[in-house]
Amino acid sequence: MNIPAIRAIYRFEMARTFRTLTQSIVSPVLSTSLYFIVFGTAIGSRMGEIGGTSYGAFIIPGLIMLSLLNESISNASFGIYLPKWSGTIYELLSAPVSPFEAVLGYVGAASTKSVMLGLLILVTARFFVPYSIMHPLWMMAFLLLTAVTFSSFGFIIGLWADDFQKLQVIPLMVVTPLTFLGGAFYSISMLPPFWQKVALFNPVVYLISGFRWSFYGQSDVNVVLSAGMTLGFLVLCAVAIAWIFRTGYKLRS
Amino acid sequence: MSEQATSTRHAVSVRGVSKTYKGGFQALKSIDLDIRQGEIFALLGPNGAGKTTLISIICGIVKPSAGEVSADGHDVLRDYRVTRSKIGLVPQELSTDAFETVWASVKFSRGLFGRTRNDQHIEKVLRDLSLWEKKDAKIMTLSGGMKRRVLIAKALAHEPSILFLDEPTAGVDVELRHDMWQMVRKLRETGVTVILTTHYIEEAEEMADRVGVITRGELILVEDKHVLMRKLGKKQLSISLQAPLQALPQGLEDYALELADDGSTLTYTFDAQSDDTGIAVLLRKLGDRGVDFKDLHTLESSLEDIFVSLVRGKR
Repeated sequence: MNIPAIRAIYRFEMARTFRTLTQSIVSPVLSTSLYFIVFGTAIGSRMGEIGGTSYGAFIIPGLIMLSLLNESISNASFGIYLPKWSGTIYELLSAPVSPFEAVLGYVGAASTKSVMLGLLILVTARFFVPYSIMHPLWMMAFLLLTAVTFSSFGFIIGLWADDFQKLQVIPLMVVTPLTFLGGAFYSISMLPPFWQKVALFNPVVYLISGFRWSFYGQSDVNVVLSAGMTLGFLVLCAVAIAWIFRTGYKLRS
Repeated sequence: MSEQATSTRHAVSVRGVSKTYKGGFQALKSIDLDIRQGEIFALLGPNGAGKTTLISIICGIVKPSAGEVSADGHDVLRDYRVTRSKIGLVPQELSTDAFETVWASVKFSRGLFGRTRNDQHIEKVLRDLSLWEKKDAKIMTLSGGMKRRVLIAKALAHEPSILFLDEPTAGVDVELRHDMWQMVRKLRETGVTVILTTHYIEEAEEMADRVGVITRGELILVEDKHVLMRKLGKKQLSISLQAPLQALPQGLEDYALELADDGSTLTYTFDAQSDDTGIAVLLRKLGDRGVDFKDLHTLESSLEDIFVSLVRGKR
């Protein structure tokens, strides 16, 4: 195992985060705070409780997931796309680094950033809404698992993309709508029966549901199923990454 | 470098390597090449000849369609960890981490190639390349020549024993070019094998121990530079005449003589390796025929002349 290489990639990526602190951390925290102000404090105060939880507190897990998914994808995809775009990818391709080690470095750094961001949003939420966390360890486990899974997904997007527009397509056109429709702001039990069934095809429902369960002990789907679906997606991403490196798809001619 | 100093152990060995890209373009056609440990090898060829593809295959960036490559006795695909840790690559393009500082970028390269932190080594590399004063500067603020130095520093950060320089002096000024030549010689003195591709034949003539010529994906020649120049080089005697001639004088048909269009210069091509160049007899015969001359000088083929004739001959 090339530990110095994993460390080098990880530190290099983390250094980029701290160099672009406003874009990486401050901006997502600020936009999530606006959600809390608008939906949590202003509108939320006029809405009733959902499953015994105030609306402001109810949307916290969904809002954290919204940022976590977007930032995980964006951090990891940008991390690997930038060297492709600038041409410095030659160094990674000619280094004694296995695909697994490269993924550990890039995905590890992207996940770390996302988890930091998720926790920051959690702390920020405290300024707007009171909440409690029923299963803190599970909450951390879901946070980590989701960050790693979607950072892996972002890594694939970064490898696949050959222009900046493609980097944005999946997060904007797929992930954000799925998150909004995946119960970030409501419980899917509030939907008509037909749409409840349709919603079960949305993978983000499982992520938000499991995460919300760790906060309030209530979920739209079984928590084991939530964790299983997230793990399954992680395995899928791992297989895709292994295939990309083995075949050199968009990397080695 | 003397023959004694260069070992016959192979730093790089290429056997039957071919490369056909997806679109069907065949960049390399069954290349066989051995590069000796500790030598400076210059790979010459026109644009699109396959130089960069060959280097990229050895370094693991491009996959060969056929054939085998080993570095220091290890297969570059099977034992990629061993071979890649021994190889440093300076690419042709100025691809840099524009937003990083010189120090951070070079330090990253060392780690990426599996070496533990060694700030003293990085400092030495930066000082050797006159980059120390710029260590905290963002790479995007540097000139093209300085960026080229950064790429060399990155390639040397992990102390490679084989260094590939792909067009290292393309677009750099004369002073920097000479600095780089000096640096390459220093590296060779420490036992590093240097393989460079270049458009500047002068560069190969100045530095290389051996030269390979590649054109249209075929390696058409590999030879010791001095042997090549001896074998394929021509020597000529240029005779400036007192009075122009209308035609070559009678009785000199056996000599490889050419008369310039204006009749004022005779050029005699001879074998410089021969004991008898025929110059003395030729000059006597010219005197006998009343042909006086005012000046004499000899010309020798440069590596560039040889290269051009080889590549043209292949077309």
